[in-house]
Amino acid sequence: MNLSKKWLNDYVELDVSDKQFADDMTISGSKVEGYEQEGAGLQNIVVGKVESLERHPDSDHLWICQINVGKEENIQIVTGAQNLTAGDIVPVAMDNSVVFGGHKIKKGKLRGVESNGMLCSLGELGLTIHDFPYAIEDGIFVLGDDCDKTLGMDIHYAIGLNDVVTEFEITSNRSDCLSVIGLAREAAATFNKELKVSAPVVKGSGGDVNELLSVQIDEAEKCYRYCGAVVKNVRIKPSPRWIRERLRASGVRPINNIVDITNFVMLEYGQPMHAFDLRYLDGGKVIVRNAKDGEKITTLDDIERNLTPEMLVIADENKPVAVAGVMGGEFSGIMDDTTTIVFESACFNGVSVRRTSKALGLRTEACTRYEKELNPASCETCLKRALELVELLDAGDVVDGIVDCFPTPKEPVKLAFEPEWVNNFIGIDVSAEEQKKMLEKIGFTVEDGVITAPYFRNDIEHKADISEEIARFYGYQAIPNRDLAGVANARLTEEQQLERLIRSTCLGCGLTEIETFSFISPKYYDKINLPADSELRNSVVIMNPLGEDTSVMRTTAIPSMLEVLARNYKNRNAAAHLYEIPVEYTSQGTDTLPLEKQKILIGMYGDCDFFALKGIVEEILAKTGLNSYDVEAVTDNPTFHPGRTARLTVDGEEFAIFGEIHPAVLENYGIGEKAYVARIDIETIFTKGREPKLYKKLPKFPASTRDLAFVCDRDIPVLTLEKAISSAAGKLLENIELFDVYTGSQIEEGKKSVAFSLRLRAEDRTLTDEEADNVVKKAIKALDKLGISLRS
Amino acid sequence: MKDMLESIAREAKASLELAQSKQELENIRVKYLGKKGELTAVLKQMGKLTPEERPVMGQLANEVRASIEALIEATDEKIKKAELEKKLREEKLDVTMPGKKSELGHKHPLNIVLDEVKDIFLGMGFDIATGPEVEWDYYNFEALNIPKDHPARDTQDTFYITENMLLRTQTSPVQIRVMEQQKPPIRVISPGRVFRSDAVDATHSPLFHQIEGLVVDKGITMGDLKGTLEAFAKRLYGNDTKIRLRPHHFPFTEPSCEIDVTCFKCGGKGCPMCKGEGFIEILGAGMVHPKVLSGCGVDPEVYSGYAFGVGLERLVMFRFDIDDMRLLYENDMRFLGQF
Repeated sequence: MNLSKKWLNDYVELDVSDKQFADDMTISGSKVEGYEQEGAGLQNIVVGKVESLERHPDSDHLWICQINVGKEENIQIVTGAQNLTAGDIVPVAMDNSVVFGGHKIKKGKLRGVESNGMLCSLGELGLTIHDFPYAIEDGIFVLGDDCDKTLGMDIHYAIGLNDVVTEFEITSNRSDCLSVIGLAREAAATFNKELKVSAPVVKGSGGDVNELLSVQIDEAEKCYRYCGAVVKNVRIKPSPRWIRERLRASGVRPINNIVDITNFVMLEYGQPMHAFDLRYLDGGKVIVRNAKDGEKITTLDDIERNLTPEMLVIADENKPVAVAGVMGGEFSGIMDDTTTIVFESACFNGVSVRRTSKALGLRTEACTRYEKELNPASCETCLKRALELVELLDAGDVVDGIVDCFPTPKEPVKLAFEPEWVNNFIGIDVSAEEQKKMLEKIGFTVEDGVITAPYFRNDIEHKADISEEIARFYGYQAIPNRDLAGVANARLTEEQQLERLIRSTCLGCGLTEIETFSFISPKYYDKINLPADSELRNSVVIMNPLGEDTSVMRTTAIPSMLEVLARNYKNRNAAAHLYEIPVEYTSQGTDTLPLEKQKILIGMYGDCDFFALKGIVEEILAKTGLNSYDVEAVTDNPTFHPGRTARLTVDGEEFAIFGEIHPAVLENYGIGEKAYVARIDIETIFTKGREPKLYKKLPKFPASTRDLAFVCDRDIPVLTLEKAISSAAGKLLENIELFDVYTGSQIEEGKKSVAFSLRLRAEDRTLTDEEADNVVKKAIKALDKLGISLRS
Repeated sequence: MKDMLESIAREAKASLELAQSKQELENIRVKYLGKKGELTAVLKQMGKLTPEERPVMGQLANEVRASIEALIEATDEKIKKAELEKKLREEKLDVTMPGKKSELGHKHPLNIVLDEVKDIFLGMGFDIATGPEVEWDYYNFEALNIPKDHPARDTQDTFYITENMLLRTQTSPVQIRVMEQQKPPIRVISPGRVFRSDAVDATHSPLFHQIEGLVVDKGITMGDLKGTLEAFAKRLYGNDTKIRLRPHHFPFTEPSCEIDVTCFKCGGKGCPMCKGEGFIEILGAGMVHPKVLSGCGVDPEVYSGYAFGVGLERLVMFRFDIDDMRLLYENDMRFLGQF
């Protein structure tokens, strides 16, 4: 909402600077986004009189003018304009001046003749013929009688380009502040000044409106009130300057007196107005009804629109003439030959207007106001104000009377006056008397312990709303701060503690944290080669996505991770070792919210291999106390390399998969080197892990170490050997560690050598060589049973 | 004999003073104290002395031996020290060469600030509550006093899954869930992802993070709200930080306000970061609307509360002077590696 300072001053006299005004209004609840002086870029442009003009000797179109700018000597200016005669009063951009658009004007010579400035057109002042309809666009602006013609006067003041426009951000609950009077009321209360708004007075010119116009409301739920009046002998002409400049400052283009009056009243009171040409209102009847199925209307913007029965229209006997509260029909507007008009000042249901406007894809100033719910109480006042302006502007003859259809008058909101409750709720101590005064200055009445809200305040419905009025005029800043009382016993939940532990472990393992979008493209499932019948393709789908790339909620975060790896690879980062704790979403139909499960996603390329990834996975599980799980090779997951992928299971349930990404998938992502990904279920860690850690006594006796190398078929997993050794070795085996796997010339084709280091220890004694050797023998024997022999 | 002993002592002392290495020292020891050394040679002549002279000479000889031994030991110390110094000189490093890169990963800037905010509120006694990101319309809007067709829904362009299921546009639905499940006193923050259909640009993202807070108890006032949030601002930005409240409107709080903090770069004087304002808007807050309380089964005649919300991305961008929100979700190592 742009507020004209001149207009504001019509209702409240303020003596504060523009900055102070902006600051204090913001603090009392009307947020100022900024303010601007009209014509701020124009400098050193003054009023001048063309004393004489003669043709330039060396040009067939230039004129040499002698201009009186109120100084002793005239100044000479050469102009190419053809619309001047001696005696014209014009804007003169002097030497060293600035015109609209920041163009600087300096004296110089035009075809050898000295020119000490420039005569200005409307455009050079940043104006159009809408601002001064008597001027021409392609010539010098010759000032009319609505301007101050004092020679030498600064042009801003001479033509009224001297308003200050303040831009307000009005919140959705305060539709009353989308008006000059609404903001004037707030300003008066903020600066403790008197608000001067007088009731409009209409003289009338005889006749009876009821003979020309009737109104019928079929849908009282959607139209609370409809007021109409008729103006005969309409005299269409431009509005006077004071109307034009107030509209301009408000960001509305002046058109003609009748259209300007509807806009003026809307800006002044916040009530949308409409003017119909009575000729096109068949039967002189206004019927407010739902549109009929298949009915069409061509709106003022020349677009034919299909109406549906949910939409409210203003119709005559035969056809709709306007979409109620949204826009008029093509024939309803004011034309040059219009003689008799109907003014509409009506109040429609906000939700209905909003739905219609959305369905038609049509947003207008009127509907943004209606959808915030206006109050029917002001319809009549606004209609009278329009008629008052008609008479003031001599725009036509007002037929006596108005038609007022008001099926169910709205009762004003009444609330108990509870100053003590307000004090306790806000944390202040303001006397009842003081609170009463605060409320009264913004239009509330307080009598016998009852507050009556003013008709224009649709947002008041609860005592909490009253407390806000008190608080904002008391000043939020002045409310004393209080520290929270009571015992603070907050702590992270066990889930939150686990998440923090996982994050710190990942960071410690050298993984960098990423954050990716929760929604992906369904095509990403193809990119990771997910089978067509995979359950993971059953995503939660967004009905109205921004684009395909963000249209479904991910069922797996692997594509998100690969996208990030690919982006880093594309950006020529030598390596990226990353992790994320994403949420994955599993659809459970439309009656139940999707399952949301947290995972750990690890992704790496550059300076790493399968075992680097596995080491990190193991570290995370060790740190989070998940110590018993099984490892199996995975050969059939199409996202992963069939020979370099593993799954981890607990009680036969897979909870983690990790490995090298399948070369075909890498190609889909344009990643030119090996990449590794792990996906681990956090819930399993939470339920099956978190084994309590207990201190184990430090050993008192020395350990014996034995290194053993075996030769076996290449396909036998190391884990098989390790498990056999461990179970054979028994209690004395403290630790077994693989330290070498060798294939090559020293070993038979198809075989490999696997070397372990065994650490043996007894709790209560130093082991003898014999005891240690016995363990080794048992191990060798166990492997021998598997057909695996000691390497010789 | 006495002269011989004294001369041995003198010579030994002189040569020890010149000794530079362990080897020289050993040579000197052998020369004077060894089995075939000079002192031994002199002592061998003890038999030629008279019984009266023997103890005198014996004592003298012992004194000479002791003094030479002491000298050898001292010289040994000196040489060891010199050798160590020499070794240390040779081990000198160019300390201006770069250190070995650490193996630690980098925390995402969003989580750096989020953890800080969580810890501040944990310290003030706020639990951390979470809730579903795919939500019912009821929790995201209706229960928060935003019925269908409310104009406020326009400002939060919503991704819908079905007519009644949506991606939450705020973390406030978590507050409703907490109030439904827990009796006052309530003190929680609810951080998390929220979704709005804003196209991606330098200051917008269809996905971002909010941290909302809720306090419900007997006798909670707007003064409590101010006290808590000023304490939060001071802990986040330093003790000189001040807050400024401006009236605003949210459907689920009444009264409502927006909260600015003094710009932590210029301290309130005005600078490019705060666009000359001296203040930066970071929070929305207000007293929980009594309608919202009663909708959750909390009696507004007995209890009152306040709620607040802050956009995490905004905090992060101010903190690290990040001018483009897209960087936070592109996850380029060149960016993440800076934190």
